Amino acid sequence: MKKILLTIFLLFNLNNNAHSLVEVDITRGNLEPLPIAISPLYVEPGSSDVKQEGKIIKDVGAEISKLIETNLKRSGLFNPLKKESFVQKPDIAHAKPRFEDWRLIKAQALVTGKVTVTEDKLRAEFRLWDVVAAKEMVALAFSTTPKNWRRVGHIISDKIYQRLTGEEGYFDTRIIYVSETGEKTQRFKKLAIMDQDGANVKYLTLGNELVLTPRFSPTNQLVTYLSYFRNLPRVYLLDIETGVQEVVGDFPGMTFAPRFSPDGNKIIMSFAKDGNSDIYTMDLNTRVVEKITDHTSIDTSPSYSPDGKYICFNSDRSGLQQIYVMRSDGSNVKRITFGKGLYGTPVWSPRGDLIAFTKVHKSRFYIGVMRPDGTGERLLTENYYQEAPSWSPNGRVLIFYRETKSDDQGKGFSAKLWSIDLTGYNERLIETETDGSDPSWSSLLSK
Amino acid sequence: MVFLVNLRKYLIIALAGIALTACATQKRGSGQMQGDVYTGSATVEFLATGVKDRVFFATNKSTLTTASRDTLRKQAAWMRKKGKDKTFTIEGHADERGTREYNLALGERRANAVKDYLMTYGISGSRLNVISYGKERPVNSGSNPLAWSQNRRSVTVKAN
Repeated sequence: MKKILLTIFLLFNLNNNAHSLVEVDITRGNLEPLPIAISPLYVEPGSSDVKQEGKIIKDVGAEISKLIETNLKRSGLFNPLKKESFVQKPDIAHAKPRFEDWRLIKAQALVTGKVTVTEDKLRAEFRLWDVVAAKEMVALAFSTTPKNWRRVGHIISDKIYQRLTGEEGYFDTRIIYVSETGEKTQRFKKLAIMDQDGANVKYLTLGNELVLTPRFSPTNQLVTYLSYFRNLPRVYLLDIETGVQEVVGDFPGMTFAPRFSPDGNKIIMSFAKDGNSDIYTMDLNTRVVEKITDHTSIDTSPSYSPDGKYICFNSDRSGLQQIYVMRSDGSNVKRITFGKGLYGTPVWSPRGDLIAFTKVHKSRFYIGVMRPDGTGERLLTENYYQEAPSWSPNGRVLIFYRETKSDDQGKGFSAKLWSIDLTGYNERLIETETDGSDPSWSSLLSK
Repeated sequence: MVFLVNLRKYLIIALAGIALTACATQKRGSGQMQGDVYTGSATVEFLATGVKDRVFFATNKSTLTTASRDTLRKQAAWMRKKGKDKTFTIEGHADERGTREYNLALGERRANAVKDYLMTYGISGSRLNVISYGKERPVNSGSNPLAWSQNRRSVTVKAN
């Protein structure tokens, strides 16, 4: 992942935060999103235009503010107010908001800021104000190269989200997924990467071979995935920055369902030997391979707990697909799903408190969550076909893919990326240029 | 009047009965599925004259049916005699109604069930490569039970 130089410094001390009145409760649904006014960032006179891939962006301050608005709105927790109703001009608002003006339009929080752009540097400064208590809550400044202006908007969005919900944000992140085109019987699949909001799509493979299930390393520099290169389905590793691909381990058979260990040192995956899939790990430094499960059933879809001590996985050792949890050395295997139907694709929350899964019952597909001991099952969404949830880094949102039913001629088929909050509210389509599947969410790019 | 109404009712029941039987016979009669295993020939191709290239499976299963074993014995016989110099790839497939990773494992298990059976009929394992495509390469793109039954398959393909 391309590193950018990003300096963040506090403009003021963040005292008196505990006394703020404005806050968002994100444990419940989006019943009353917080009204927030996001003033366009004031562009300092004399600033240059931002040039990006042949396009010229005249008012980058307004663009950043629009991006923040979209982020916050899509989170379902905020209600960004219409800019036409704003009374105060951006430059004055940033220096000293007239809180009564903002109260009048029912804003509870206000975002102001200014940007200065030179040929090679963009400096942005923003403030978050508690309109009700008439107080400043956050004040930060960032510097980066002008073409990174979108990231500035995402980082500001994260700071606002964090300050108002008390949880880390997830806007300065990327999604890796499989881009799909062509007929259902002969789909072309490419690895694709984009920002969390769908911008900056890049295709990482050419589509010459089938690729599936990409997953980020904890530092987001590497991706592990399944490739059918030369008709040998094997787990690969891709360095996003250099584009270098390598096969992980020279197994005499198919390896699939890869994920990184939380420390990034190992890849855990299935290896199918003589038709039987078991779970293995490979140490990326020493190349030592360890067999973790040894059973005549299918064992697949392994995912580590964030502390690395446990692994949840999918097995049909009881006859049909169910979810199991074991210690990371393979001992103490316990089945955790006993509900009606089949369970697959378990994935441990980055907070450690939940496991997300796909459930199939009476020919319907559900995305759900449960505690790691199998209690507290909650189904978040039901559809004709959907699977493979992946967590936002703060463990509040799940991204997954959904396929539609085809008619008898195969028409009407599509595969799209969707997200839903842990609350079961705020289900949203994530727009992509092509069809998409197997999404995987990165961790925060900058902390 | 009462008599007439009753008669009508009987007539409707009788007609419904005929319709039901007709449905049932048609399903079996056209040889499309037994249980949910495909028994038709719509997508089937041939390794050689009279030797079908594929066998079909029940949902989530990799057990070979009587008909599948018959097909595979014919494949083995042909491999032993006419196809002596050939190697083969056995492709395992699943339908679209399962999770992707489990389906990859399931396709692998199906293809290996075929490989094992061919080996018991004297074909060397070194001539038989196995590859699973999971749900990635359906042969029928419909979303209905018949399409799914055609997609739950293992196909034997000449590799040289």
